[in-house]
Amino acid sequence: MNHQLPPFSWTNALWHAGFLLAFAALMAWAWHGARLDPLLLLTNAGNSYEFAQGFLKPNFHDWRAYVDEIAVTLHMALWGTVLAVVGAVPLGLLAAANIAPWWVRQPARRLLDALRAINEMVFALFFMVAVGLGPFAGTLALFVHTTGILGKLFSEVVESIDQRPVEGIRATGANRLEEIVYGVIPQVLPMWISYALYRFESNVRSASVVGMVGAGGIGYFLNESVRSYDYGATAVIMGLIVITVVAIDVVSAQVRKATL
Amino acid sequence: MPPGHFFHPTGRMRVRQEAAMDIAVDGLCKTFRSGSRLCCALHQIDLRIRAGEMVALLGSSGSGKSTLMRHLNGLALGDCGSVRIGGLDVQHRGRIHGDVRRVRAQVGMIFQQFNLVGRLSVATNVLAGMLHRLPLWRSLTMRFTRAERLAALDALDRVGLVEQAWQRASTLSGGQQQRAAIARTLVQKARLILGDEPIASLDPESAKRVMDDLAAINREDGTTVVVSLHQVDFALAYCPRTVALRAGRVVFDGPSIEITPEILREVYGGDAASQQRAVGSSRIVRPAHSPPAAAVAAV
Repeated sequence: MNHQLPPFSWTNALWHAGFLLAFAALMAWAWHGARLDPLLLLTNAGNSYEFAQGFLKPNFHDWRAYVDEIAVTLHMALWGTVLAVVGAVPLGLLAAANIAPWWVRQPARRLLDALRAINEMVFALFFMVAVGLGPFAGTLALFVHTTGILGKLFSEVVESIDQRPVEGIRATGANRLEEIVYGVIPQVLPMWISYALYRFESNVRSASVVGMVGAGGIGYFLNESVRSYDYGATAVIMGLIVITVVAIDVVSAQVRKATL
Repeated sequence: MPPGHFFHPTGRMRVRQEAAMDIAVDGLCKTFRSGSRLCCALHQIDLRIRAGEMVALLGSSGSGKSTLMRHLNGLALGDCGSVRIGGLDVQHRGRIHGDVRRVRAQVGMIFQQFNLVGRLSVATNVLAGMLHRLPLWRSLTMRFTRAERLAALDALDRVGLVEQAWQRASTLSGGQQQRAAIARTLVQKARLILGDEPIASLDPESAKRVMDDLAAINREDGTTVVVSLHQVDFALAYCPRTVALRAGRVVFDGPSIEITPEILREVYGGDAASQQRAVGSSRIVRPAHSPPAAAVAAV
């Protein structure tokens, strides 16, 4: 057999080279913008050494308080995520091209964009003005920001479904809502659950950050310990956060498996 | 009320017949636009199908079978002409009728790819056939009464799938999925079943079972059945009447026993014949396009 290879194409080669050059230029530009300076890690090695020393002597003195705040962090993440799912289901459906006409879809998408564009830290500052310091402000911040994220992810899942089962339901004389409940939701449910679990895990991490601005959760202690050079306490808190996130990952993997 | 009701001497008769799921297609046309190319999929189709008939829609791929089928219950919208089922408008001059769901409720449709919801149980897929007559709060919360669930099992029993009722639909074989889809039309209490290539993805054995089920429903319940097929032998074996399409036009409409090899050549042969001429050899026409010898001999 005589096999024919496609002829070498200069056009293709030039495109590839051009793309690589453009990418390298972009990265070089961003290097300056981000003030990357690896040498600082060496010249300031003393600071890192001090930090590492503290880490090796964990300070368990306040561990009960830390565990309590970890629990608060989880509670914030849970409510923030569940409220976000409740908001994201209708918004995600309304933002999907195969469900809603453009004059519904576009406003829904822009609203989701706006919710997503503003970080939960910023929302936390707003809500602290509205409801005062504490976990409630943090929970509302997580809820609003996560609604934006889950709404977009949910709508993308809806847009990737197989339309044929939906048509099968439509052909029985069912109305639009019934088409969604019987034809769309069963198809998207595993992915929706998967995304919601992942966002719950992310929200546990975010909840530990919003605490830094005073919106409740473990972040408060984390911030305090770093600022007071109590690196032993920082090590304990970070260890607790890591254990929590790993535990959530293990549990959510099981839940995901059960829902497939 | 159909026009002419007051003047036509048999007007009353006609209303009664139309209520019994007569299909009336008048001057239906449809043009698809693919890029800059216009492609006429349906060309002035006029068709009458009476309640209780079992009709095969024949034609090669791209002849407009599926397109016509999807226009009958308004899943697709024509450019001109009209479709009425049982005296109710489905579409008229490219506009869907506002109350099309009332017509669809009485028209069951089965598809080449079965179109079941794979992650729902077989029984729930079948129960979806009765959504149109449930109050919204029950349909949206999937609350079916005991009697309704038993009705679904009865329907599944009729197509021999009662054992599989609580499995996910995706675990069934193709033939079983298609029969579950037929059970859905039973629960729907459809007076007309449209089959859009219902056996095209099935092995011969499963195809036969599906056609047997459809024929039994037609015979026992008086349900009108219209199926698009591309196997001529199935049309001959199951459907007393055949409508054949070619390039969006009806080229044959009559008793299936009147189909001759000449007619089949007209329906399918053009492409194969021109292909043969182009090749200049006496290549055999593809078997899928030629009637089996036995079937034609029987004619």
